[in-house]
Amino acid sequence: MRIEQHPVLCFERGNKVSFTFDGKPMEGYENETIAAALHASGVKILSYSSEKNHPRGFFCAIGKCSSCFMTVDGVPNVRTCVTKLREGMKVETQRGKGELL
Amino acid sequence: MRQKNIKTTDVLIAGGGPAGLCAALAAASLGAKVVLIDENEVLGGQLVKQTHKFFGSEKQYAGTRGIHIKDILISEVEASSSIEVINDATVMGYYTEDGIVTYIKNDDFYKIKPGKVIFATGASERMLPFPKNDLPGIYGAGGVQTLMNVYGIAPGNNVLMIGAGNIGLIVSYQLIQAGVNVQAIVEAMPKIGGYLVHASKIRRAGVPIYTSHTIKEAYGQDAVEGAVIWEVDEKWQPIPGTEKDIKADNICLAVGLTPATELLWQAGCEMKYVPELSGHVPVRNMYLQTTLEDIYVAGDAAGVEEASSAMVEGRLAGYSAAKNLGLGKDRADALIQDALDELSSLREGEVGAKIRKGLEKIIV
Repeated sequence: MRIEQHPVLCFERGNKVSFTFDGKPMEGYENETIAAALHASGVKILSYSSEKNHPRGFFCAIGKCSSCFMTVDGVPNVRTCVTKLREGMKVETQRGKGELL
Repeated sequence: MRQKNIKTTDVLIAGGGPAGLCAALAAASLGAKVVLIDENEVLGGQLVKQTHKFFGSEKQYAGTRGIHIKDILISEVEASSSIEVINDATVMGYYTEDGIVTYIKNDDFYKIKPGKVIFATGASERMLPFPKNDLPGIYGAGGVQTLMNVYGIAPGNNVLMIGAGNIGLIVSYQLIQAGVNVQAIVEAMPKIGGYLVHASKIRRAGVPIYTSHTIKEAYGQDAVEGAVIWEVDEKWQPIPGTEKDIKADNICLAVGLTPATELLWQAGCEMKYVPELSGHVPVRNMYLQTTLEDIYVAGDAAGVEEASSAMVEGRLAGYSAAKNLGLGKDRADALIQDALDELSSLREGEVGAKIRKGLEKIIV
């Protein structure tokens, strides 16, 4: 799903970064957000809604809509669409409102 | 963290998109000390994803792509010794009692006391109500642009675009440029809302545009797999029996934006709902000064328009704020008049009719 050829843009993705998603090892790039890296790897479900348990993905990708909340390194409600990926991050699907530490 | 000495500045600008960047440059050019706060790592707001060439006149960088306008503005801001940029920071509030602005950066809390504040906070994407609109894979048009033009990741293989305004048309074209198949564009209005030059590009690429159609429902288990669209009559009522099934692993909603005015509300500016400006916007004078004399607004937060107008509004607010601090007395009036003239020319004709109507309701 990564765009390799583009008539206008060239993408500076930076170095490869390893992280885990629900315990599974994954790879992305340092210049991208958690949600972008997951989408590139085919992961669209980021959380399940608190009332009806509906699967949720991101929506606005600029940190305004709260649709992309996930648990990152144990912290719930992280806006993964604006949080950059870092080496060794532990990213988990969030269920409902998440657990406070 | 407790801050002992509260920092001061002449003009504080919240938001480093096209309006905020131009406001900073304008105020600084009249001798103001400026602090520009933005929530992102990189300035530019939504210009960072706009690969299309701008319209307007030379002063608004016509013919230049948004991503390059961003580079020009950022380099000018960086070259100015009067502008301090605070990035990765969130403005939290404005307190009328003492004129203090608070913000958070790296989990620390700061206070700053500016002479004037310009809120150039932009807009957020609108949702559309329809069954299963929360399925993963249903994204806002800005979200699709971010994924595709900032991170180089295709939103899907087959995209269904909802909305044939300029954003819907431009993003469809950008999807095609990125090698993604656009299945169709659906538009509830009886005619295409965006510029014909954009629509022709889409038609030439063989993408059908269904006007007088809307989305009935999306379907899919864990992510979107497609949608049913249907025709609407002249009273916007759907016509049963006209359903079409369109397979798509991404539905892109280009159904407009709404001004991001949380800080203006919090500060206590008088607000008014103006549909032509896409939502609640602050009441202000022609110089973009709100009902609180130290607070100005510029760009989409003042009413959703093109980025070209946002840049000129930024300049107008920047010059006006500096002038009211007693700066640039010899030049301010002429620069303000230039900005007002540019705005009038951008809002001329049929294209600007809606905005002009909206502004009549909000400018006091």
